[in-house]
Amino acid sequence: MPSTATIQTLERDIVVVGGGSAGLAAAISARDAGCESVLVLEREPQLGGILNQCIHNGFGLHAFKEELTGPEYAARYISQARERQIEHMLRTTVLDIADDLTVTAVSAERGVFRIRAKAVVLAMGCRECPRGALDICGTRPAGVYTAGTAQRLVNIDGLMPGREVVILGSGDIGLIMARRLTLEGAHVACVAELMPYSGGLKRNIVQCLDDFGIPLLLSHTVVNVEGTKRVEAVTIAQVDEHLKPIPGTEVRYPCDTLLLSVGLLPENELSRQAGVRINPITRGAFVDDSLMTSVPGVFACGNVLHVHDLVDYVSEESAHAGASAARYVRQLAEGAGRGASDLVPVRVAGGIRYSVPAFVSPANMDEKITLRFRVGAVYQNRYVSLYVGDRRVQHRRKQILAPGEMQELTLRREELAGIAPADEIRLLLEEE
Amino acid sequence: MAETVYDALVVGAGVSGCSIAREFSRLDGRFLVLEAEDDVCSGTSKANSAIVHAGFDAQTGTLMARLNVEGTSLFPELSRELEFGFRQIGSLVVCTNEADLPALQALLERGHANGVHDLRIVGREELVRMEPNISDAAVAALWAPTAGICDPFELTDALAENAAANGVEFRFDAPVTGARRRKRDGEPALWEVTTPKGTFLSHVVVNAAGVHADELHNMVSASRISITPRRGQYELLDTTAGDHVRHTVFMLPTKMGKGVLVTPTIHGNLLVGPTAEDIPDKSGTQTTPDGLAEVRRKSALTVRDIPFRETITSFSGLRAHQPGQEFIIGEVEDAPGFVDCAGIESPGLSASPAIGRMVARIVNGILGLSPNEGFVPTRRGIPNLRDIDPEDWQRLIQEDPAYGTIVCRCCRVSEAQIRDACRRVPGARSLDGVKHRTGACMGRCQAGFCTPRIMEIISEEVASIDLAHVTKSGPGSRMVVGPDKQGLATASDEKDDSRGGERNA
Repeated sequence: MPSTATIQTLERDIVVVGGGSAGLAAAISARDAGCESVLVLEREPQLGGILNQCIHNGFGLHAFKEELTGPEYAARYISQARERQIEHMLRTTVLDIADDLTVTAVSAERGVFRIRAKAVVLAMGCRECPRGALDICGTRPAGVYTAGTAQRLVNIDGLMPGREVVILGSGDIGLIMARRLTLEGAHVACVAELMPYSGGLKRNIVQCLDDFGIPLLLSHTVVNVEGTKRVEAVTIAQVDEHLKPIPGTEVRYPCDTLLLSVGLLPENELSRQAGVRINPITRGAFVDDSLMTSVPGVFACGNVLHVHDLVDYVSEESAHAGASAARYVRQLAEGAGRGASDLVPVRVAGGIRYSVPAFVSPANMDEKITLRFRVGAVYQNRYVSLYVGDRRVQHRRKQILAPGEMQELTLRREELAGIAPADEIRLLLEEE
Repeated sequence: MAETVYDALVVGAGVSGCSIAREFSRLDGRFLVLEAEDDVCSGTSKANSAIVHAGFDAQTGTLMARLNVEGTSLFPELSRELEFGFRQIGSLVVCTNEADLPALQALLERGHANGVHDLRIVGREELVRMEPNISDAAVAALWAPTAGICDPFELTDALAENAAANGVEFRFDAPVTGARRRKRDGEPALWEVTTPKGTFLSHVVVNAAGVHADELHNMVSASRISITPRRGQYELLDTTAGDHVRHTVFMLPTKMGKGVLVTPTIHGNLLVGPTAEDIPDKSGTQTTPDGLAEVRRKSALTVRDIPFRETITSFSGLRAHQPGQEFIIGEVEDAPGFVDCAGIESPGLSASPAIGRMVARIVNGILGLSPNEGFVPTRRGIPNLRDIDPEDWQRLIQEDPAYGTIVCRCCRVSEAQIRDACRRVPGARSLDGVKHRTGACMGRCQAGFCTPRIMEIISEEVASIDLAHVTKSGPGSRMVVGPDKQGLATASDEKDDSRGGERNA
């Protein structure tokens, strides 16, 4: 019989929660910024996160000026982490992050253990919105999958979820899976999208649907699922401007599989435990320009902060979070540190839904930072404007802005020169 | 070779059938449970409110009232013996109209007459203290502290496992297609029960077939019974909404049942429902837009601001309603040795421990068996890691490191628990079987991440199931249809591949 059940406590400067694209970039950058004590915790048996199942290409165009597959993109970061001998623990699930930055985790190897950290980088990624959240009526048989689950089955396990497929939601994974399932021998009848526009990237609509003759039904949704044991059919109806199904427009599609690609939700359960304030729009943390959350020493990056379209930008953002965490640890040691008092909120308006970061410190910010944001509808020929107080410091014309494509702009410290304490930074769309 | 003759055979492995089976296992005899589906708890028992009712609803003097009160009183002890989830959180029947106060009073009096203890009516002020989110219209409520919530899956599993450990046999995927009495020379007649899995002989047959109990009964008796599937639709919200109410909140009952309730579940979620719709189809467990809209509308009468955006799933179940609205329990007059346990709708779950005892008493009145001297009343539950003390968890990991490998992150279920579920008798053989035994897949991602890993573990643990043949809930519900590219490169031997083959020819 085991006599003791003691709980080991480790100490590290920076704990990175998640070893996917965000966590790896953050850890590498923290190390490069001079932090020697970085630990990455990953729940899966390998590093790389969801990239491992994304065997299609299109990754790395911005970061490496090359077109890589997901596993290739991940491999670049994994080898960089290896070269730097960054410590990581696999098959390790984080259970809790306390507001004093004690991280509790569990693994078969170490049991339950704790790590006292000086900084924590949240890089847990996101999950897919399941069926239940959509209230799709009908039966609950086998054959209803989120697109990502189907992707894992097809690409990692070599198993086909079905042969006759309907896809609800035109998120990027759904579009990618329409093509993948077609290539693997299934027939994809259509992709139905509730909104009057796609939630995915234009290039994916062209390369994954148009090239394979798969119809995209905008303003349509699934209103019924049939089949007691396995999906036998789904019914699709058109929706009105209030997104309500229009009676009489129902079309029944016999099929054995319904894939859902209806949205990604940042996995912030641990962040909430740590007391991190969450933005209801992004469902990710409110962060300042160093990507620090409302809890001092806790940083966030990647899809747990806000859902990205391109991994290249996840890596870029996460490198910033890692460097910021390293600086935070260094300043902690020096007894310095930035005050929260000088934070200026970035207000969004006029069609822009959110900005990451949500706060900027004019005194402490880097020479230049990136503001990332999304719009709430499709806009043509609008200006993205940035005001500091009453002063318009940026005014850029965009031909097209769509909710499915994240936007960014660069804010320079000099643009904030002379900002008054009561001033706001405002980010909005203007017609001229 | 002599055919096996069972002393008693139970048709149906729901909570009633398994409770009966466990009571049988206290006797020295040979018992068999036949189940049409692939697992225990696959019908009415799996999709209900999971409430252990105090016992004031049923008309005084009915079997429903008596067995409810007796059953509910047995729950605390039973949950310790069998280690299933049960919590006595109490219930409130909310009155939202001064004019209905006499009805609330009548309910209190009926409760007293039924033998329910500790009932009392609480005024609005106290009610608001107990339930801060109670509707603004609420004027008073009937408080029943003996009511509780349970895990119906775990309860049914526990009863079945304990019955099996004490010698009861189970056969799954064995729907009964025929039952008749076979006369024998010089010996008492035997029941002959036919299924696709074979024909079974028994002295006594117990009909615990849920919504199908009328079909089985009517095979053997001239006095017909009728069971109407009464559908109930529910919405289940994330644990983030689990403390929206602290007790089970009912509206004043109507003739169609107890109305829509709002309750925390044993797993910390919030459950809202059910509707009550009589439908013709005994497999009609669809949810409908009207049904779910009704759930939302009616729940707002008693509880305000329910955060339905936190909904993680909706589902529906069928109650086995019979027109007399009373349990039918007893030996059928024109079918000696055939014992009905039919019409077990609410409060059937609450009554189940008492139903088991009552049926066993009736059956042993026929059989006259002596006690099973080796009966072991306890069953070890599958450990739950959700609220476990870290030191206790550490001890589990030291015994089996697989307790440290989390498979279901939303509900904190480890590899060890999933393997345990598969190794139980009767054990999990499908994703739903694992889900029901461990709570995996029940969380906010609704099995998105853990499905492939659980499929792997099932295929490793259950010798007869390879990865490509893992099902969601038994035959006909395969999770996948075969390997990638099947039918693309070569002709396939699966007939439904022909279309793919042609298209790519």
